[in-house]
Amino acid sequence: MRKFHIVLLLCVAIAISVLISFMGTLTTYDTVQTARDKPGKFIHLVARLDHTKPVEYDAVNNPNYLSFTAIDSLGDAVMVVYRNAKPDNLEISDRLVLKGAIKEDYFDCREILMKCPSKYKDDIKAVEENLPNAGINKQEADNSPAIKKI
Amino acid sequence: MDYIGENLLPGKLGNFFIILSLVASLMATVAYFLSTKKTIANEENKWIKLAKIAFLTEVFSVLAVFGILFYIISNHLFEYKYAWQHSSLSLEAKYLLACFWEGQEGSFLLWSVWHCVLGLIIIKKAKSWEAPVMTVVSFAQFCLATMIAGIYIFGHKVGSNPFVLLRNEMEAPIFLKPDYLSFIKDGNDLNPLLQNYWMVIHPPVLFLGFASVIIPFAYAIAGLYTKRYKEWIKPALPWALFSAAVLGGGLMMGAMWAYESLTFGGYWAWDPVENASLVPWLILVSGIHTMLIYQSTGRSLRSTFLFTLLSFLLILYSTFLTRSGILGDSSVHAFTDLGMNFQLLLFLLLFVIPATVLLIYHFRKIPHIAREEEASSREFWMFIGSLVLLISAVSIIIMTSIPVVNKIAGFFAGQNKTLFKPLAIGENSEHSYNQIQIFVAISIGVLTGFTQYLKYKKTGIKYFLKKAGWPILVSLLIGGLVLFFGDMNYDKQGAGFLILICIAIVCSGYAILANLSYVWIGLKGNLKSSGASVAHAGFGLMLLGILISSSKKEILSINTTGISAPMGEGSTEKPGENLTLLKGAKTSMDNYWVTYETDSAHPRKPLWYYKIEFEEKNGEEKFTLTPNTFVNYKGVEGLMSNPDAKHYWNHDVFTYITSLPDPAKNKDSSQYEVKQIKKGDTVLYTGGSFTLQRLVTKNEVQAAGLQAGDIASIATIKVFSKNNAAYTAEPILISRNNQAYLLPDTVNEERLIFQLRNVEGEKIEVGIKQSNAIVEYVTLKVYKFPFINLLWIGTFITVVGFLMSMVRRIKIGGMKMAEQNTILK
Repeated sequence: MRKFHIVLLLCVAIAISVLISFMGTLTTYDTVQTARDKPGKFIHLVARLDHTKPVEYDAVNNPNYLSFTAIDSLGDAVMVVYRNAKPDNLEISDRLVLKGAIKEDYFDCREILMKCPSKYKDDIKAVEENLPNAGINKQEADNSPAIKKI
Repeated sequence: MDYIGENLLPGKLGNFFIILSLVASLMATVAYFLSTKKTIANEENKWIKLAKIAFLTEVFSVLAVFGILFYIISNHLFEYKYAWQHSSLSLEAKYLLACFWEGQEGSFLLWSVWHCVLGLIIIKKAKSWEAPVMTVVSFAQFCLATMIAGIYIFGHKVGSNPFVLLRNEMEAPIFLKPDYLSFIKDGNDLNPLLQNYWMVIHPPVLFLGFASVIIPFAYAIAGLYTKRYKEWIKPALPWALFSAAVLGGGLMMGAMWAYESLTFGGYWAWDPVENASLVPWLILVSGIHTMLIYQSTGRSLRSTFLFTLLSFLLILYSTFLTRSGILGDSSVHAFTDLGMNFQLLLFLLLFVIPATVLLIYHFRKIPHIAREEEASSREFWMFIGSLVLLISAVSIIIMTSIPVVNKIAGFFAGQNKTLFKPLAIGENSEHSYNQIQIFVAISIGVLTGFTQYLKYKKTGIKYFLKKAGWPILVSLLIGGLVLFFGDMNYDKQGAGFLILICIAIVCSGYAILANLSYVWIGLKGNLKSSGASVAHAGFGLMLLGILISSSKKEILSINTTGISAPMGEGSTEKPGENLTLLKGAKTSMDNYWVTYETDSAHPRKPLWYYKIEFEEKNGEEKFTLTPNTFVNYKGVEGLMSNPDAKHYWNHDVFTYITSLPDPAKNKDSSQYEVKQIKKGDTVLYTGGSFTLQRLVTKNEVQAAGLQAGDIASIATIKVFSKNNAAYTAEPILISRNNQAYLLPDTVNEERLIFQLRNVEGEKIEVGIKQSNAIVEYVTLKVYKFPFINLLWIGTFITVVGFLMSMVRRIKIGGMKMAEQNTILK
């Protein structure tokens, strides 16, 4: 056997062990329901902010405590506690990826990834809202004989 | 309908040049390709002439498109969506270029411009390699041109055109008015986070790096295709060195931008976007090493092909990853989906398939040496180094590709969630990278250190010990001292990882020392040929900077002294990383006193600057940091913060705003508590105590809003807070025509409001409440990054080393060429 082959074999062995150890740390995207089935396990919860419930954050009393309610795509809600400063644009993000684990009755969140419609502004819907409306409404304009659409 | 005020000429011209560049690049591809096939000299000449004209036309068109788009942006022609979407009137002129490449279209264009520049150099210099190399470059240009074409082929949209009009792209009632433009007062502006000078220079450099990787790739393809398996390496090597310098430099400029203007508290986060550029660089560097092995020993030719081809294919793969929107959930700063996924995939496959087929087809014919190399030879250990980089790259790309795995598996499994559940990187995503790359750092540190002291083919043990012994001993000594006095205490990942960090620090120190001393021991001070040593020493310095700044990074804002104790469940957890500063209140933080002094606003933007005073407790050092933040920018609720840092030679103090009071939400709901007190009485409240010092009643008070005949009573109240600070409040009670008016006074630092409600002789009735609504405060995070300058200096030295090697290789190439010419004569 040549040295080169030994080295190659070694590399493959290292690569495989690295991969296996990495696979072991992988986690899953879950819903509130499936997350509740495995309390304490670190998961990614894809949800959005429930705007009807209060967002509790008082920077003066404790800048490291944020709590809010998140709803997943199936409509299940869970209270989320995040022990850090409130992320910049929590309220406007339309999707949250919450990394953490279910603890008793709430979701203990370690990290929040926000998907904001305007963050990179390529989402047309978000920018449209910023367009000046010029005070005319569509219905009127359609009926007005002076303005015709080409 | 005729619209008023639109300037449509630039768009029309732009579209013309886009189509022209599409046609010209296709023509250049075909003509160059045909000229590689023709054997009769005359015919080849004809094709190559045509190809040159086509490519020059292509260059002209791309530059014209670039110029026109820049004209549109800089003149704020908001009828064009690109200008409206990415710029605004209030934007500083220096950021206009940053707008240009904020969008996908502009960045493709930038890439294309660099291909043009590099193509011109190839045409001028490459001689017999011009035709095959330029075939590849022209074809890439064609692919890039389709990305900004925006045309429909069989009902499918191809590319995203930068010259589309706003009114055609959006549905809004305003566009039914012929004079709609007069209502569009301003553009959507550049993302505030990108309003940073690094964003003006980092993308051009990074894209030059991206673009230049195609040249070694094209040479490798040309080598296979024209069966000149060996000859391509000499001209390709300087290009590969150039790429490594520029791509590496561009990458680290991105890291500096992230450090200076993003708020994740660092320069590197193993974000897929960063990984996507790092991986091709790693493979490229592997390729450079095997090229050098080949040039000195004739070995490793096959792996050179593999690495060189792979580096560019990985560039395309990372383009696909970052631009297709596939990273959606896993990256914070990937481009969004423009509906071009299929086209991007096609771009990738159009290069992957031919390159793979060519390599497999020619693989057996590529010369190689069957006899195995000596374990004491330089080439053996250089090759091991290349393999280490390969393993590093492969592990990073696999981890980054999890969203792709999810997509593919999801494609087969459908919606059936029991069959396959989308995967995500685990709890500590950064650590899952770090725990692998720490071994890479250790191996690279050792390998770059001793390999230079080996000779090609075979090294005597005595020779090696004599030359390489001293650096090993000295660096072990210095490393030991650094570890002893450096107080390595990174315990987040257990003792094992801490030991690995310590080993890595010694090894990177060894890399620096061994390479620097090699310039004298091995090369006798010949700086011209010491590019490799310089680059290796720089890389060692980078590793050292990364290891120290990351493992010794401290969060200074880690307690909440001075502010009432954390409440609720939060209190059982580790202390938070955010600190709230009340305006004017000196607060203790680590070994600093910090004070939020004042704030000021940008004249034209909703940008606020907060002046934070830092004073060392021993009084030696005093400085001011001014982190800023966009508040409710463009109707977007929330903050977009830019950090500020104080740079010392050995550490940075780095801070940014994490929260500000929101007046809309901070409704004052607390009630006044009424107390009856006399002069001298002391009353307790939750944060301390207060005393009535004096009571004055006057008939004539000189103050705004008071009339003659008003009787004013002024109570002077002294407040003693728990942390031994004293404040004075003077609430006033005015009686006018038998009616009472209250003028309360506040103590901001204690969030107290006092009102004087009633005076009966010596006795007064005072209302007191503690409210959050009145206070002005900032919440911030403060980090200390030790020795981060090592990383930046190391980067600079590495880039310089690569460029030194490049210059030398060009010279050697030129000399050999001259020799050959004289022999031929």
